[in-house]
Amino acid sequence: MADIAFEQTTATASRTPGSRTSRRRLDRFDRGFAVLTQAAAIAVLLILAGVLFSLLRGSWLAFSTFGFGFLIDQSWNPVTDRYGAAAAIFGTVVTAVIAMVMAVPVGLGIAVFLTEICPYALRRPLGIAIELLAGIPSIIYGIWGLFVFAPFVQTRIEPALIATFGHLPVLSDVFAGPPYGIGVFTAGVILGIMVLPFVTSVSRDVFETVPPVLKEAAYGIGSTRWEVIRNVVIPYTRTGVVGGVMLGLGRALGETMAVTFVIGNAHKISASILAPGTTISASIANEFTEAVGDLYTSSLIALGLILFVITFVVLAFARLMLMRIDRRKGA
Amino acid sequence: MEPTKLSTLPGSREPSALQAARKRRSAIWLFFCCLATAFGLTWLVLILGSLFWNGFSGLSGDVFTQMTPPPGSAGGLLNAVYGSVVMTGLGVLVGTPIGILAGTYMAEYGRYARLTVVVRFINDILLSAPSIIIGLFVYEILVAPMGHFSGIAGAVALAFIVVPIVARTTEDMLLLVPNPLREAASAMGLPRAHVILKVAYKAARAGMITGVLLAVARVSGETAPLLFTALNNQFWSQDLNAPMASLPTVIFQFALSPYKEWQGLAWTGALIITLTVLTLSITARVLGATRISK
Repeated sequence: MADIAFEQTTATASRTPGSRTSRRRLDRFDRGFAVLTQAAAIAVLLILAGVLFSLLRGSWLAFSTFGFGFLIDQSWNPVTDRYGAAAAIFGTVVTAVIAMVMAVPVGLGIAVFLTEICPYALRRPLGIAIELLAGIPSIIYGIWGLFVFAPFVQTRIEPALIATFGHLPVLSDVFAGPPYGIGVFTAGVILGIMVLPFVTSVSRDVFETVPPVLKEAAYGIGSTRWEVIRNVVIPYTRTGVVGGVMLGLGRALGETMAVTFVIGNAHKISASILAPGTTISASIANEFTEAVGDLYTSSLIALGLILFVITFVVLAFARLMLMRIDRRKGA
Repeated sequence: MEPTKLSTLPGSREPSALQAARKRRSAIWLFFCCLATAFGLTWLVLILGSLFWNGFSGLSGDVFTQMTPPPGSAGGLLNAVYGSVVMTGLGVLVGTPIGILAGTYMAEYGRYARLTVVVRFINDILLSAPSIIIGLFVYEILVAPMGHFSGIAGAVALAFIVVPIVARTTEDMLLLVPNPLREAASAMGLPRAHVILKVAYKAARAGMITGVLLAVARVSGETAPLLFTALNNQFWSQDLNAPMASLPTVIFQFALSPYKEWQGLAWTGALIITLTVLTLSITARVLGATRISK
């Protein structure tokens, strides 16, 4: 911090006294810079407004043709030019749920490990390793999922699932059908791996905000380590953890490439999670450049608008939760 | 930290059955936490392992000197690498100044303004908004009016992703700069803009560079926003006004093709991207760490 260039600051300062024009020039520069930064800040707002506006304009044709029925219609037929978003919305939600079922317990477990169990020397390297998972581009998850993970799921995991749940009442429908390897289940698991580091890093950060005094007091009255985590750390950080989970959910809902590779792109709702399906983002990625006709394109943009609204709500909720814990940290 | 040691102190009671059960329960849950960590790291090892396994053999000079081949013949990824570098470079070049200025407003001029609260909130949402939405947006504002896909549109889409990342890290880093530093500079008669440019930026420099590096890392692997802005190009093209190839879109196209050569190139491309991105983010982290330890 001490290496602030002194010559430069003194040079600028010594130039000013006496010379009125240069003083005025400095003032003008000062005001100009202030305006410039404010304009950039407003530009951020304009990006969001622009996104919303352009999606609304682009999806207008679809919504005016199909009305609100677009949201609950299952059909997706470029031949008859009839489109509905239900299958894509369903797939988006189901894959995200599978991802969260996997990522939340594991992510919290890793966060507990990193903050409470792990030896100090290993905390940073292990934390970075988990965060590297977040750094891997989603297309890598996609190609890995297609060539490595999907065949493994098809030959090992799915037959086992079908054999285990095949003769139970409701579960036999959920895990029904031939093991394709490509489908909603595989996509959900890959999303889970991708979301894991987000849940982990946010939870770890909020776990670290717990005042040591609280934990020490709990240890002092004879709590075991797990009891401290369960009854002190988690209740204290609940809003932050919920925020982290919602942040992960926002990612899972909007993730495109990893899903596109392995979901099978079938516009239908099936009870079985082993069947191929589609998500909003996968439909757009797969079909947008090939979409012929205004209504087809407009329907895809309408899907984008729906995705934008859903993720906006989820992410806004996540931020509000995290802001609450930030405020407490500052207090 | 281990509280149960108390029971072994002289004079304390023998551990009861209840105590033993509590200790057992604690041990079981902690074991699950260790298991979760092993589970998470396994994926990292598996993914990196299969990337090297499948991609390393294809990594030769040809990859960087030859164009993407037609189906069924050998070739390289030169046009895709070039397109990626150009569009990432342009996107970062355009997005970084806007992001830095916006972050500067939030941390300096508008630190207590209501506008800052709104901008910060919206910026955080843009930070994790689905990138495919950005692609649709740029398609609507650039590709549709121009009537064709172009490298420019791809670069603009990437710039929209860079802005929130850089804005966020710039704000965070400027907020870490101690106020006495600014006060000292102001006391010497420095106008506010110079306080920021010459003092605050210098103190926050390492962190701001980290932010830019993270943005480059994030953007160089982005596929979704390029799919319908820059599209793809089989051939060598330096024309920014024409469709442009990029590594991620080429991987997408080649991996889903039935041709062995294309799939092999897709793996090699995937390895190149991953190594680039991981190198960038580790560098960024090391830079960030030196700042903290200072």
